[in-house]
Amino acid sequence: MTKQIHLAAHFPGVNNTTVWSDPRSGSQIEFASFERLARTAERAKFDFFFLAEGLRLREQNGLIYDLDVVGRPDTFTVLAALAAVTDRLGLTGTINSTFNEPYEVARQFASLDHLSGGRAGWNVVTSWDAFTGENFRRGGFLRQEDRYLRAELFLRTAWELFDSWREGDVAADKESGVFLSRPDAGAFAHRDEHFDIAGRFNVPRAPQGRPVILQAGDSDKGREFAAATADAIFSRHGTLEAGQAFYADVKRRLPRYGRTKDELLVLPAATFVLGDTDADAQERARVIRHQQVSGQTAIRHLEQLWNRDLSAYDPDGPLPDVDPIVGENTIAKGRASTRMFGDPLETARRWRELAEAKRLSIRELVIEVTTRQTFIGAPATVAESIDDLVQRDASDGFILVPHLVPDGLDEFADTVVPLLQERGVFRADYTGATLREHLGLAHPDRRPAA
Amino acid sequence: MTSGRGPHLAVALDGAGWHPAAWREPDARPAELFTAGYWADLVREAEAATLDFVTIEDALGVQAARADGPDERVDQVRGRLDAVLIAARVAPLTRHIGLVPTATVTHTEPFHIAKAIATLDFASTGRAGWRVQVSGRPHEAKHFGRREIPDRIGPDLVTDLFDEATDYVEVVRRLWDSWEDDAEIRDAATGRFVDRDKLHYVDFESGWFRIRGPSIVPRPPQGQPPVTALAHTEVPYRFAAGATDLVYTTPSDVDSAALVARRFDAPPLVFADLVVFLDGTPSRATDRKKRLDAWDGAPYASDAAVFTGTPAQLADVLLDWHAAGIAGFRLRPGAIPHDLTAITRGLVPELRRRGAFRREYEATTLRGLLGLPRPANRYSTVEGAR
Ligand SMILES: Cc1cc2nc3c(=O)[nH]c(=O)nc-3n(C[C@H](O)[C@H](O)[C@H](O)COP(=O)(O)O)c2cc1C
Repeated sequence: MTKQIHLAAHFPGVNNTTVWSDPRSGSQIEFASFERLARTAERAKFDFFFLAEGLRLREQNGLIYDLDVVGRPDTFTVLAALAAVTDRLGLTGTINSTFNEPYEVARQFASLDHLSGGRAGWNVVTSWDAFTGENFRRGGFLRQEDRYLRAELFLRTAWELFDSWREGDVAADKESGVFLSRPDAGAFAHRDEHFDIAGRFNVPRAPQGRPVILQAGDSDKGREFAAATADAIFSRHGTLEAGQAFYADVKRRLPRYGRTKDELLVLPAATFVLGDTDADAQERARVIRHQQVSGQTAIRHLEQLWNRDLSAYDPDGPLPDVDPIVGENTIAKGRASTRMFGDPLETARRWRELAEAKRLSIRELVIEVTTRQTFIGAPATVAESIDDLVQRDASDGFILVPHLVPDGLDEFADTVVPLLQERGVFRADYTGATLREHLGLAHPDRRPAA
Repeated sequence: MTSGRGPHLAVALDGAGWHPAAWREPDARPAELFTAGYWADLVREAEAATLDFVTIEDALGVQAARADGPDERVDQVRGRLDAVLIAARVAPLTRHIGLVPTATVTHTEPFHIAKAIATLDFASTGRAGWRVQVSGRPHEAKHFGRREIPDRIGPDLVTDLFDEATDYVEVVRRLWDSWEDDAEIRDAATGRFVDRDKLHYVDFESGWFRIRGPSIVPRPPQGQPPVTALAHTEVPYRFAAGATDLVYTTPSDVDSAALVARRFDAPPLVFADLVVFLDGTPSRATDRKKRLDAWDGAPYASDAAVFTGTPAQLADVLLDWHAAGIAGFRLRPGAIPHDLTAITRGLVPELRRRGAFRREYEATTLRGLLGLPRPANRYSTVEGAR
């Protein structure tokens, strides 16, 4: 059976994917930019809009990192405002389980769900580091090993709070004078290793019951957490082989939790460059990669792997002959990506080999290993690749990350989406009102018992 | 309106109105209290009457008729939406009116509140404010499980809670200033998006917090969105005097209004709160309030003065108190929509006839409406300051 594709729009983030130096690049903070991208996504019938989270300005070599976009809004506040300028688009925010408490996060998501008529989504992340913790009164108390435990307990506690009100609890019957149909609506009591709380939750049952849950961890624990709890995974694996392997891996974990493969969608992050022809798109992609990776950015990027100051090196010259410093990353702070490199010595060896084989400078090497866009081509080529990856079970759709604010999605909306619609693999219009309905997920109150 | 021409006017929005039986009125919309459309209608109504701002009540627990925590009553409104998010939801639908949500400081993170109010200021292009709320309620503490608040709170704890609030507001204010206005440079020549010399660690440290900064949100359009608080007694007065731009007080008559106005050197601006039941004749207003009281089973009592009468009589009171030194009023409508529209369509035209209220908005930010200048950034060097 032909699968239907799900698409989301990621507001360009505080990393070098976002090109701020382009003359078309607009404000990263004014609400008009968020509104513009969200309206484009809704015009294109996307499933949802997506915001990432980072609660401390990144630093490198002990200084605030100034080469990328810096600054972003509060997630809940922007999503609530976007609910006023969109009707159907899902509104998904990344909110961590470490520097928050279940009661406040649950009431914020339940409120957002009410205020958007059932369009809230929560990407649960675990960010735990002490560096971020310095911005919080509770500090960075969580050990890395404990982060998924807290995340899972946090989420389960939040669910108890969402479920503490039932549909119909608000009777609001003027005639009889009964506002609440039971006196203990919202009552809860929860106790585990992390949370010992009790009382009354104060937001009535939201339209979706619970917000849609996304998860973005990649480790074994992260995948298991997703299989147990999430409605969708935001993954990094957008290519055919890696995508298929990841897809098969997480879907295989579902039966253990009494869940079917349709109950967890896999949505990799994806970048794209379009052109009139494939060759034109390739050329544009090359230019964009050079905008994304300046000589300075290349050096900083290499430092993140090498874990040492490389400012003396020439970005147009060969890779450093010294080896990375192994151990805790002290050069770059506030980046999840530093933990993705794997064994730094091994990665450095591979990069050197690649640079030598292809005769690449530092800058060219970094461009080669970091910024190749997921989809490059004429609209027909890109539509076909997306469809192909979804039909071959490398994903259920994509979370698209434009490289420009606020118009970076326009071309995709105008050229690729109609082709996907023609293929019959993407909705021509919304058929539901809530994010759950867009994603084909059952309402928790109307789910067949497992 | 120039500040010499009459009082500022705000309304305090809470559920179906401040009387616990208000939701039973024929024109009330109790089934819509948890929808965006309800709140958008109320705020638009206030904006059509050129009010300075609305506040939106909130708390980290369910409403109760008792002071000490949730009750078993089913005949009053229970449940509410997050006030900051309500304000954000109506921000794009309005253009002039100030949006002042309540947010509690006692169990929350100053970093989160700072970025939320700053973002509301961006979403409303300079119309955000904040009503600081301290929670001394034991049942709310149990929702967080991070500290105990005893059932009977003594003077030491009250002092502690307000000391904490003072530090909290200081942290939030520093975070709002942690980016200078011109920190974003987008300098293609040097490849720098920001000038990091214009980003500042706030490094606040006290018995309550250690917060490093800078904020992740650039300095909001107003620089410092107005910080407001309700205060009834000595300890909160001291907090309000030191930490806020605007204080809501609860005088009972013109003499106590004069007294409380004299307690403060602006800032803060001194507002008075009044709960209002308004009708075309005094007896109709009284009868309506009696009907609500009968529904609720008790006469309505409030921390603020309760006014029952006509819009013209209310205008007399407000202008009297204003002459005694009260800068503005936060009116709490007894029942919504009735008393809200009596304010917007009865009181406001009456004040305008007397030359005591604006006919059009004359500023684009909340600070502008309140006559507060945009403050210089505490971290900027002299020539950088605006
Ligand atoms: C595509 C993707 C996007 C992510 N976005 C965020 C984010 O916005 N904020 C954040 O704090 N962590 C983010 N993360 C980090 C993860 O949520 C998770 O904390 C991290 O990957 C470590 O978990 P792991 O060891 O299971 O991979 C993201 C991860 C992935 C794969």
